[in-house]
Amino acid sequence: MTDQLTTTESPSLDSEPPVQLTVPLSHPRLPRWAPLAALAFSVAAAGVLGILLGWGLVAIASFATVLNVVAITGWSRAVENARAAKDRLMTALVWTSFAIALVPLLSLTWTVLAKGLPQLTGEFFTGTMRNVIGEGGGIQHAIVGTLLITLGAAVISVPVGLMTAVYLVEYGGDSRLARWLTFLVDVMTGIPSIVAGLFAYALFQLIFGPGIRMGFGGSIALSLLMIPVVVRSCEEMLRLVPADLREASYALGVPKWRTILRVVIPTSLAGIVTGVTLAVARVAGETAPLLIIAGKTDSVSWNLFSDAPMMTLPVFTYYSYTQPGIPASFGQERAWGAALVLILIVMALNLLARYVGARFSPKKAR
Amino acid sequence: MSTTTTERGTGRPARQRGDVVFAGVAKGAGVLILLALAGVTFFLTFEGIPGLTGDDSVYSGKDGFLSYVWPLVYGTVLAALIALLIATPLAIGVALVTSHYAPARLARPVAYTIDLLAAIPSVVYGLWGINFLAPRLVPGYQFLQEHVSWLPFFAGPTATTGRTILTAGIVLAVMILPIITAISREVFLQTPKLHEEAALALGATRWEMIRTAVFPHARSGIVSAVMLGLGRALGETMAVAMVLSATGVVTFNLISSVNPSTIAANIALQFPESSGERVNVLIATGLVLFVVTFAVNFAARSIVARGQIKG
Amino acid sequence: MKTFTRVRKPHATHPAQEPRNATRPADTSPEQRRAAMARRIEVSDLDIYYGDFLAVRQVSMEIKANEVTALIGPSGCGKSTFLRSLNRMHEVIPGARVEGRIVMDGQDLYAPHVDPVAVRRQVGMVFQRPNPFPTMSIYENVLAGMRLNARRLSKSDADAIVERSLRGANLWEEVKHRLDKPGAGLSGGQQQRLCIARAIAVEPAVLLMDEPCSALDPISTAAIEDLIQELKTDYTIVIVTHNMHQAARVSQETAFFNLEGVGLPGQLVEMSSTKKIFSNPDNAATEAYVSGRFG
Repeated sequence: MTDQLTTTESPSLDSEPPVQLTVPLSHPRLPRWAPLAALAFSVAAAGVLGILLGWGLVAIASFATVLNVVAITGWSRAVENARAAKDRLMTALVWTSFAIALVPLLSLTWTVLAKGLPQLTGEFFTGTMRNVIGEGGGIQHAIVGTLLITLGAAVISVPVGLMTAVYLVEYGGDSRLARWLTFLVDVMTGIPSIVAGLFAYALFQLIFGPGIRMGFGGSIALSLLMIPVVVRSCEEMLRLVPADLREASYALGVPKWRTILRVVIPTSLAGIVTGVTLAVARVAGETAPLLIIAGKTDSVSWNLFSDAPMMTLPVFTYYSYTQPGIPASFGQERAWGAALVLILIVMALNLLARYVGARFSPKKAR
Repeated sequence: MSTTTTERGTGRPARQRGDVVFAGVAKGAGVLILLALAGVTFFLTFEGIPGLTGDDSVYSGKDGFLSYVWPLVYGTVLAALIALLIATPLAIGVALVTSHYAPARLARPVAYTIDLLAAIPSVVYGLWGINFLAPRLVPGYQFLQEHVSWLPFFAGPTATTGRTILTAGIVLAVMILPIITAISREVFLQTPKLHEEAALALGATRWEMIRTAVFPHARSGIVSAVMLGLGRALGETMAVAMVLSATGVVTFNLISSVNPSTIAANIALQFPESSGERVNVLIATGLVLFVVTFAVNFAARSIVARGQIKG
Repeated sequence: MKTFTRVRKPHATHPAQEPRNATRPADTSPEQRRAAMARRIEVSDLDIYYGDFLAVRQVSMEIKANEVTALIGPSGCGKSTFLRSLNRMHEVIPGARVEGRIVMDGQDLYAPHVDPVAVRRQVGMVFQRPNPFPTMSIYENVLAGMRLNARRLSKSDADAIVERSLRGANLWEEVKHRLDKPGAGLSGGQQQRLCIARAIAVEPAVLLMDEPCSALDPISTAAIEDLIQELKTDYTIVIVTHNMHQAARVSQETAFFNLEGVGLPGQLVEMSSTKKIFSNPDNAATEAYVSGRFG
């Protein structure tokens, strides 16, 4: 295609002197700063108009957005041409969509920080809700519960997920089991979290009787959500290990299983740790399954396996906001505090994962 | 002359015992996952069946399971569709920013920022939705009611709290945005450079290049990304349970205080206070949700798998 | 057969004996031990398949102990495949299989009860691209063959093996002050010599080299070629190379592989002393290839 173009075009360029070109190469173009200028103009115009008419901030922002898209397109249409104008329009729309996507992230971060930060006192971390009515109280029981239940889920998910990934990468090959497993693990990532909670409840109800609430049930439910994530990330990482290294190990007379344990997994360890940490971060914030199977309580419980409810941070947040008690303000304040702590834990895990991934991955040979 | 086949599966007697055990453990882990999936189906069915044929008393005023679950299914699908309608164009736009528009130096941080949205726990979205978003949407809803109330969607009267199915849909849209963005971005980046450059060499503008080279290549990827987002929206629980003020009706009205509930939210709200057969009813609705989301995800992954074989 | 089980059993089933087994190399004098180690290999009527595809047909040859045998031939003629069948490495690729006999000192490597892992301990291999383990230091890389097999070594034995292997690979002087640095930090030629050190640390009888210099610059190549000359006093060496001059320089025996056409199996055309192959080969195709008229 391109070959044809150049062959038909180049002779005409060579034979005719440039002055006689019928197609001019220079079009009127908007200056480089045009998009920024249009944006500035739109914001200013919407601001002035909004202040004169007494609009709210949201209305001004919406108007400025629309005006910006119209302005840059119209300007381009007037100066450049229709095709360029369409290109400008789409560019503006694409960046606008990005700006819109940022709004919830920023407002959410701001809201949680503004409402949550004042709650983070010493008592908030060390106290529980036992015998607390109204002001005071803390979330120690919820933090303990979240840590224990998530740890339990990780202890179940990591071996199962990692070994499944090893099977898929090293042993499964193109077998029917491997293909179905890959596919169903993908489908499993879409299981609604509340269904996982119901599963754990249905299972434990058969064993322990109706109305069961148990921390370990939460671990089971969360591991159902966590395993597919672990499998996928481990699988990806194991596949990245070059075949050279496996062959080098085989050639030294090392059996396959030792090669996997001592060469393949250590080489991809940083990636595996990153994947597992992200998976932990994902399930640590899960609420619905824990609402069902772990239940709620006001005191600390250190025993995952006791036949009693176990409080977790997400569930605490939920109940503190929806059933704040009287007066409502104290419960709702605690909800924001707990939400902030939860976000901090999840974000810390995320950052840790990125750090491990960047810092400890083995240096590429050559 | 001795003839030896050494293919896998012909049983090598001299294989090391460690190898046999390790391979068995690995395979066992995989089988365990399949068993867990089968277990989910089995236990939900086992505990859910009694909920299909209970007394009328356990269906909170509805006569029979079907008339109990129907408004919930309707609400689930409605909220998910609203979320998709909002999230899909935004996600494709954001994915284009990270794949084709943003300078290379910015693309990674931008993609990472959007991924952060996925890391925020759903209960926090619920808090944000009920406390921050809903009240701020009320003026918008009033505007819609005043000017376009001839559309059945905006018939009103506007809910003064803003806790409507439309608000729930918007929160869901924010929550499914990252997954649609991430997958779309992957497929956009996989567009063969050759096709893109061919389009540019023909004198296409950037948008024309995207339309002629990127979108055709990415179509099946986008479809499956949207379906995965749909699966997530159908099953999302807490944000809806907190934001939506539900009454269990079937209505097209998106901005009034009378809203259908969703299956997941209904379970979350009812379960802690339920016992006996009512639990079985809720598990039965959970089974319905499981089947629906499983089907959606199955279809989405099939499309992805087919696309991979083609490419 | 007997020798194999004896070699394998100590660390496979009697872990208690491992340390004793491991100390042996350091006790005996290197000359004594190594002279007994190099082995000859007899290949007869070997067919190599990938699935249904016959890649190499009817190869019979004798590889002499303590000599360097070069395998030359155009791309795709099956010389690398043949090389990998000598230590059963081709089985790593699913569907690959072999018919025929490869006999090393009276034992058929493909007899039903032979463990490929044990074969590979006797027949070491150096690959085209240097591939040190990225998670390990230089020191650990040399010991990888022992450590990965869970053999426990005393610190002094380990040090002795590392020094001996690195000296054997002409690398000791260059790396002795940075043994704890990652192997991936070395230059390409050094990495390849590290891989050779790693291969000889487990004291194989035979060393297979699959185009060991093709990824290296001329100076590193010269260093490896010198090393090959030294190693042949202790090992039987089989080297695949695309470089005719290299084959002429380093080998005593040369085998020329060729294939009649695309999709047809490769086969051994001629094998003889290197001198004869490069001066007066029997076969016209060999003559054409070594004189650079094709390939």
